[in-house]
Amino acid sequence: MPRPGLVLDVDRSTPPILFHHGESFRLEKLPPGRSRIVYPAEPLAPLKDVAGAIDDALDHPLDSDPLSARLFPGMKLVIAFDDVSLPLPKMRRPDIRQRVIEAVLDRAAAAGVDDVRIIAALALHRRMTEAELRHAVGDRVYDAFAPEGRLYNHDAEDPDDLAFLGTTPHGEEVEINKRAAESDLLVYVNINIVSMDGGHKSTATGLASYRSIRHHHNPATMEHSRSFMDRHSSELHHANWRMGEVIRKAGVQVFQIETTLNTDTFGDTGPLSVLQKREWEWTTRDRVTFMGMKAGLDRMSASARRRIFQGWEAPYGVTSVTAGAVEPVHERTLEHCFAQHLVPVEGQTDVLTMGLPYICPYNVHSIMNPILVMCLGLGYFFNLYRGKPLVREGGVLILSHPTPWEFHPVHHPSYIDFFEEVLADTTDPKVMADTYEERYANDEWYRHLYRTSYAYHGVHPFYMWYWGAHALRHLGSVIIVGGDVKAVRRLGFRPASTLQDALEMATDTVGPQPTVTHLHNPPIVMADVT
Amino acid sequence: MRALVFSRRPGQLAAAAVAGRIRPGAGAGVGPIGLRDVDPPEPPTDEWLPFRPRLAGICGSDLATIDGRSSRYFEPIVSFPFTPGHEVVGDLPDGTRAVLVPVLHCEVRGVDPVCPSCASGAIHHCERIAFGHLEPGLQSGFTRETGGGWSAGMVVHPAQVVPVPDDLSDEAAVMVEPTACAVHAAQVVLGGAARDGGPIAVIGAGTLGLLTLAALRHAERGGDTDRLILTTAKHPEQRRLAGELGATRVVAPDELARAVRGVTGSLVLASDDATAGAAAGQLTGGFPTVVDCVGSEESIAQALRVVAPGGDVVLVGMPGPTHVDLTPLWHRETSLRGCYAYRRADFDTAIEVVRDLDLGRLVSATYPLDRHRDAIAHAAAAGARGAVKVAFDLRGERP
Repeated sequence: MPRPGLVLDVDRSTPPILFHHGESFRLEKLPPGRSRIVYPAEPLAPLKDVAGAIDDALDHPLDSDPLSARLFPGMKLVIAFDDVSLPLPKMRRPDIRQRVIEAVLDRAAAAGVDDVRIIAALALHRRMTEAELRHAVGDRVYDAFAPEGRLYNHDAEDPDDLAFLGTTPHGEEVEINKRAAESDLLVYVNINIVSMDGGHKSTATGLASYRSIRHHHNPATMEHSRSFMDRHSSELHHANWRMGEVIRKAGVQVFQIETTLNTDTFGDTGPLSVLQKREWEWTTRDRVTFMGMKAGLDRMSASARRRIFQGWEAPYGVTSVTAGAVEPVHERTLEHCFAQHLVPVEGQTDVLTMGLPYICPYNVHSIMNPILVMCLGLGYFFNLYRGKPLVREGGVLILSHPTPWEFHPVHHPSYIDFFEEVLADTTDPKVMADTYEERYANDEWYRHLYRTSYAYHGVHPFYMWYWGAHALRHLGSVIIVGGDVKAVRRLGFRPASTLQDALEMATDTVGPQPTVTHLHNPPIVMADVT
Repeated sequence: MRALVFSRRPGQLAAAAVAGRIRPGAGAGVGPIGLRDVDPPEPPTDEWLPFRPRLAGICGSDLATIDGRSSRYFEPIVSFPFTPGHEVVGDLPDGTRAVLVPVLHCEVRGVDPVCPSCASGAIHHCERIAFGHLEPGLQSGFTRETGGGWSAGMVVHPAQVVPVPDDLSDEAAVMVEPTACAVHAAQVVLGGAARDGGPIAVIGAGTLGLLTLAALRHAERGGDTDRLILTTAKHPEQRRLAGELGATRVVAPDELARAVRGVTGSLVLASDDATAGAAAGQLTGGFPTVVDCVGSEESIAQALRVVAPGGDVVLVGMPGPTHVDLTPLWHRETSLRGCYAYRRADFDTAIEVVRDLDLGRLVSATYPLDRHRDAIAHAAAAGARGAVKVAFDLRGERP
């Protein structure tokens, strides 16, 4: 029986606590008597029969006829799936998407369906490489469909493959992949690694264009998504749900298949397994392993460390597969997500600390550049709450990450310009949206790189910054420990050499002897704050 | 009197070239320059006047000479030994404070009739700089006969001086000559592809870059003040000053291509995805005008990468022997134009610019002749040390 997450009050006997720090780690002592640590739950027990669960979901869907009953000869079938940004880290083969897609294709073949397209629903993310596609869908599916052009990446800038479906009552335009919109059935295969994913967001964002996505990926929406991990309190999700209604009314038939994974991120054997244990339970062997691993990493070049970590494949277990109509499926999925991630926490804190790991949704096989550090810290991790933020309004967020002034030129070309031009001018999401967004979004060069190379869309760095808009408004100060000083300052944050320095600096904002909460993440944990 | 004297000693010059490559300005320690007691220079004719320097700036061309980086092109148009120093404010015998117009053109050389260039007022294009009654020398400060500003005394022709208004400090006045260069550069720039508007890139925010920026803004005051001028600067103080003097945006040198690409919406020609993503290849578009105030191999190549087809690259910084691939220049019909010195009238404008923009503040440090090695080292590392113009202070020197 896996143990639930917990909140540990720090006292003098509490050992140094693990902070992720990019492709390395730090062990930090937290002030006793006024600090607490929010630990994730242990990985939930995985489904023993994943294939059986998939079959059951497809054959007994929620608010829908069985998938087989919706398939018929001569129909146009589109299978869309979540892109390389999920899950994190990538999953050991076979990826759950592969297993689900194979099951869908088996039923399609049995029903005599031969007009099938398989589309990576990457929205404005970079295109997936062949290796990444093979990892997600498996070699058998890839070899059967990709060579004939029937397995491909969604192109949000292809005017010939976008369909305008209408406008929500709020004036939000809905434009999605034309092949998907015109299919007789759109089967969406998702991975809900956090509660933000899935639901109507899968199609309304994953298969949409900039024209559509801009209506909810903007500062106003993100500031009013509190949090965007809690879909019922998230304006981001409200907008996507409104768009989902437009998609439904336009006649697009969606068969949603959502899956959840447990938090078995680093396994229970091997050097990384220690990252999944609570520090006071580390054995001597764990300590030696950890110290050896850290010493080894510290001697390596950044690129070597990056190669090692980016090569890691997590041994996740599948905890649920649910299929059918979008909304009931997603509600069921959220229950599974929250069962794994939520930890009850009483009250807010003055200072919230986080160790940021080497990966976020946008640097798979890539570099965690400073904008992504901001996005991971102030976007994703800050928003891992339900109820109210872990840190009080006007409080301090302390992040630990090397924050290198380094960018992947193939994946993040517009990020480089954003960092050099936009952040040199302003860190205010609203100002940058008004002043710069349109130019970046419509830049022909970025469009070319997005469509033909492996670059994120020109507007994407803006979205990363908007992702932190709620936190930027909420927080009194942000401090990054161990980061590149110039890069941290360019972000508008304060650099600190050590956590102790950062805690001292935090008192400028929140006063002496502040309460401190450490979010011990990853594995993923979400605070249910009352 | 005391003067810094630069001699023709090939061995020491070679040593200076080696030392200067290791540490800019190090040529002052091992090269053929030294502080000497010398006789004041004799006036070449009765017209010439003694001139007692107050402040004399250290220019990039001086540093190139000291570090043995100058082109052999100059060999026929300098004469050894000479006292450097052509950015000079000093006193004439009647007590008039004046700045030096150092170009040694026909009138100064006693060439009559003057050459066609001088006849048109383009003294910087003088076709007799190695002829007439003076030894070869493109300017005072590069010829043995006139002396130079890095001394207690030199001689000047009356056509070589411009009186300094009383309201200008010596520090402001010593900025007039380099500012005149910038005024001329601005005229060249605005008379070319920038004539019809459009953004301008200024590469470099050393003295010349900052002054060119200031002169461009001054030239267009009341006019097209919204013109985008993008400037590169390596160092924080340079960035600050460039912003103050009118740069719309200041970027690090390696950010220039991306900045130009972003503004113009250019595409990038590159043979691999990484080069393309970093915008490190040739831009398909670009700015109509790029002003290179550095003059290095890298800066010229960079200018050619970011200038628009049919545009102008204006070389304001003095280049040396350089290897540059001119294929893009040919293919894109780029104009590569040098920009040297000034006409005499540019000094009047320069005085206005110096006064209006308080450019005396750009004099960051002054040194006595005794500390010439420190002065040259400071000037050679000016940007990194937060400085702009370093000058010799001769006001304490005995004639």
